Amino acid sequence: MDKYIFIPLLPLIGFCINIWVGKFFKEKAHWVAILAVLGSFIISVMTFVEVVQGKVINYDVYSWVISGNFKVSIGFLIDQLTAIMLIVVTSVSLLVHIYSVGYMHGDTGYYRFFSYLNLFTFSMLMLVTGNNLLQLYFGWEAVGLCSYFLIGYYFRKKSAADAGKKAFIVNRFGDFGFGLGVFMVFITLGTLHYTDIFANLSKLEGQTINILGVDIRLVTLIALLLFCGAVGKSAQIPLHVWLADAMEGPTPVSALIHAATMVTAGVFMVARFNPLYNMSDTAMAVVALTGAITSLFAATIALVQNDIKRIIAYSTVSQLGYMFLACGVGAYAAGIFHLFTHAYFKALLFLGAGSVMHAMAGQLDIQKMGGLRKYMPITFWTFLIASFSIAGIPGLAGFFSKDEILWLAYNGGTIGKIVWVIGTVVAALTAFYSFRIVFLTFFGKFRGTHEEEHHLHESPSSMTIPLLILMVGAISAGWVGIPPLLGGGNWIGHFLEPVLGHPHVHGTHAEEWMVIAISIVVAVGGIFTAAVMYLWAPSIPLFLGRTFKSIYTVLWNKYYVDELYDYTIVRPTKWLASRILVAVTDAKIIEGIVNGVPKLIAEFGERFRKLQTGFLQHYAMGMAFGLFVIVSLVFIFVKI
Amino acid sequence: MVPLEWYIALSTVIFIIGVTGFLIRRNIIIMLICIELMLNAVNLSLIAFSHYLQDLKGQILVIFVITVAAAEAAIGLAILVALYRNKAVVHTDKLTEMKG
Amino acid sequence: MLPQVFFAYFAIVTIALSLIIITRKNPVHSVLWMLVLFFHIAGLYLFLNAEFIAAVQVILYAGAVLVLFLFVIMMLNLKEELSSERFIGEWPIGVALGLSILLFVFFSISKFIAGPSGEFTIERILKETHTKAIGKVLYTEYILPFEVASLILLIAIVGAIVLAKKRT
Repeated sequence: MDKYIFIPLLPLIGFCINIWVGKFFKEKAHWVAILAVLGSFIISVMTFVEVVQGKVINYDVYSWVISGNFKVSIGFLIDQLTAIMLIVVTSVSLLVHIYSVGYMHGDTGYYRFFSYLNLFTFSMLMLVTGNNLLQLYFGWEAVGLCSYFLIGYYFRKKSAADAGKKAFIVNRFGDFGFGLGVFMVFITLGTLHYTDIFANLSKLEGQTINILGVDIRLVTLIALLLFCGAVGKSAQIPLHVWLADAMEGPTPVSALIHAATMVTAGVFMVARFNPLYNMSDTAMAVVALTGAITSLFAATIALVQNDIKRIIAYSTVSQLGYMFLACGVGAYAAGIFHLFTHAYFKALLFLGAGSVMHAMAGQLDIQKMGGLRKYMPITFWTFLIASFSIAGIPGLAGFFSKDEILWLAYNGGTIGKIVWVIGTVVAALTAFYSFRIVFLTFFGKFRGTHEEEHHLHESPSSMTIPLLILMVGAISAGWVGIPPLLGGGNWIGHFLEPVLGHPHVHGTHAEEWMVIAISIVVAVGGIFTAAVMYLWAPSIPLFLGRTFKSIYTVLWNKYYVDELYDYTIVRPTKWLASRILVAVTDAKIIEGIVNGVPKLIAEFGERFRKLQTGFLQHYAMGMAFGLFVIVSLVFIFVKI
Repeated sequence: MVPLEWYIALSTVIFIIGVTGFLIRRNIIIMLICIELMLNAVNLSLIAFSHYLQDLKGQILVIFVITVAAAEAAIGLAILVALYRNKAVVHTDKLTEMKG
Repeated sequence: MLPQVFFAYFAIVTIALSLIIITRKNPVHSVLWMLVLFFHIAGLYLFLNAEFIAAVQVILYAGAVLVLFLFVIMMLNLKEELSSERFIGEWPIGVALGLSILLFVFFSISKFIAGPSGEFTIERILKETHTKAIGKVLYTEYILPFEVASLILLIAIVGAIVLAKKRT
């Protein structure tokens, strides 16, 4: 038994302890959870160092079912990609755990919350460390389950319970496709282990499958089916609707879901299956365009929302779109790099928002905030750094990863050019809406009630310390990937190259300078516009809102996607449920059977009880008759 | 030499008489006696088989059957005594409390 | 010829005695006829070279079990018994069932095939005496069932006492 197994095992142990006996720990329940994740983080760092030194771990720990060539086993594949993911997951998870000590203080379900966080971490670690598709699928479903638990954590609140259900059901759509993808892989390749799959991928070349009269290449089909799961889990169009509602959960959960444990699973999966995706141009184009459209779509929605957490949530959707965009143009390493940096600044944004909420006693509307800068300086500065980072200000984490993606997209042919344009627009929008939050929340005058103003305070140290640590990440996480042009070595790109390959770059230095310049210009422009509109001339947004009222309404209502789904899916389903299933199937058929069977039995019983005379000889005669039957059967059937 | 089939036939007849007696008599004591009769019929056939097949297992089995028969008679009669003390009947047609 | 004659005698007497036993009105008569029957069956056992079993039959059945029956009958009210009906109302059905079973068994007897013979030939049993032969088998090969049988008897004794005891 070596140490790798403890990476996922420790959070599982923490979960088991807390869920069973956590009640007795009362306000001490967090110690178990934090120590478990801390241990897992330390082992992850040690493992990361080993991987940096060139070690790749791939072995089966335990085989559960072996049937023919079908093998269900728990195994670990820890290569460069997994090592990066391990660091992201365990470090962010650890900070979120520490932050939750302050944030969840006094909650009745304190131990429950921490055990769920542990389970969530465990699931995600299983997902990233697995060496086979089935384990990935296990983790995939387990994070879905945990997200249900945690989004619906305040289950007494109807909107929270509904949001939990929504997350779970919407994910079901994607997971259905993902499951089919897993089956397809097994049917065509006969194995679920990554190494065997990638070794045999060439067998799929040239095979087609006929679906409804259309010949589809097998690799494309598998890639797209697996991508279905990624779309659901990583909240891409058209399955993005759950992520914004997921804000109903406690804020640390949002940070965990957005930064580390759930939505990144889709990006990780696509990156993990990069040999498969590389074989299919169609699938790549679908991935790239889905990512690009989602990022634009979510960024525009984020422009007009007022709920601080919702804006950040849409920003996550948008940034995830960025990562898929990168994967779609073949820049997997850039996508993972962005995932890495995004984890820190997005966790910081969420935890900062949580800190603001804490001070505002649960108020989420940024129109009712303002001037918080003087009351909570640590939160303000960390939040500001995170916003600079996500906006892409040079030197900070977000800048390097975003720039890497845009530059590689620029090199990626026609589709690459299209997504580069979209990506640049999104970069401008991102800078704008991020600083809209900053200006409306921390600058100007306080716009809430006096009571709220009186209540304003900086959060406790268990909350601010994680903020400060994450701030370091938000500043420096990008330094591992400074491009050669700016004097760096793009270390992370080379590090991930054995797993993810390296896209072909043919652009000139001049073009690269141009891409960088454009992205800096749009970022600064976005921030400047936000400053103009929300600091110096607050009348402009109102004027714009009135002038382009229709556009504003569409954006405010998130393009009416929820309403569309409500009319096309939810209502027909409800109609089917209430009119057909409840009224006919349940009331008539099921209840008919359920009530009919006992009635029938009672009827028969009423008749047959007459047989029970209670007279000993009658029973004896029954036995004698049985003897008679046996003897006659012997006589008839036994032949000599 | 008497053929084995004769013994089987004799044993069958005694057994069936026991069965019939059990089926038609009202008195529980006679019914218990009929059970003894059936057991004896079985013993007879076992001894006959044992003799003709030159194997002692049949006779060992008879010893066990006699043991069980003794136990059964003791228990059965004890139940009868308890029954008679409580209900003062020994006839099966008076004991139909299990009637459905 | 002689064995057949003896067998015929024993067969006829046992069948007749069985019929008498199941038809007597007075249970005491039934039990006494039963005694005679047991002696005849013991005689048949002697025919079959089973002296030990014959002895056990007489001692155990005739000596113990039937005495038990007699004791119990004496405790009951015989007068009522003598004045009441002896058969149940549906007795023809019982007789018909018994006869049909008998018929089929008789038809099936011709299908009987003897299995392979064992090692205890009549000569061997005669040589080492029947009791010794049985004892050897019983206390070696069948020692465990034998012990279990003794336990059954013990439980039966306890059970009989508990059941027949007066409730205080």
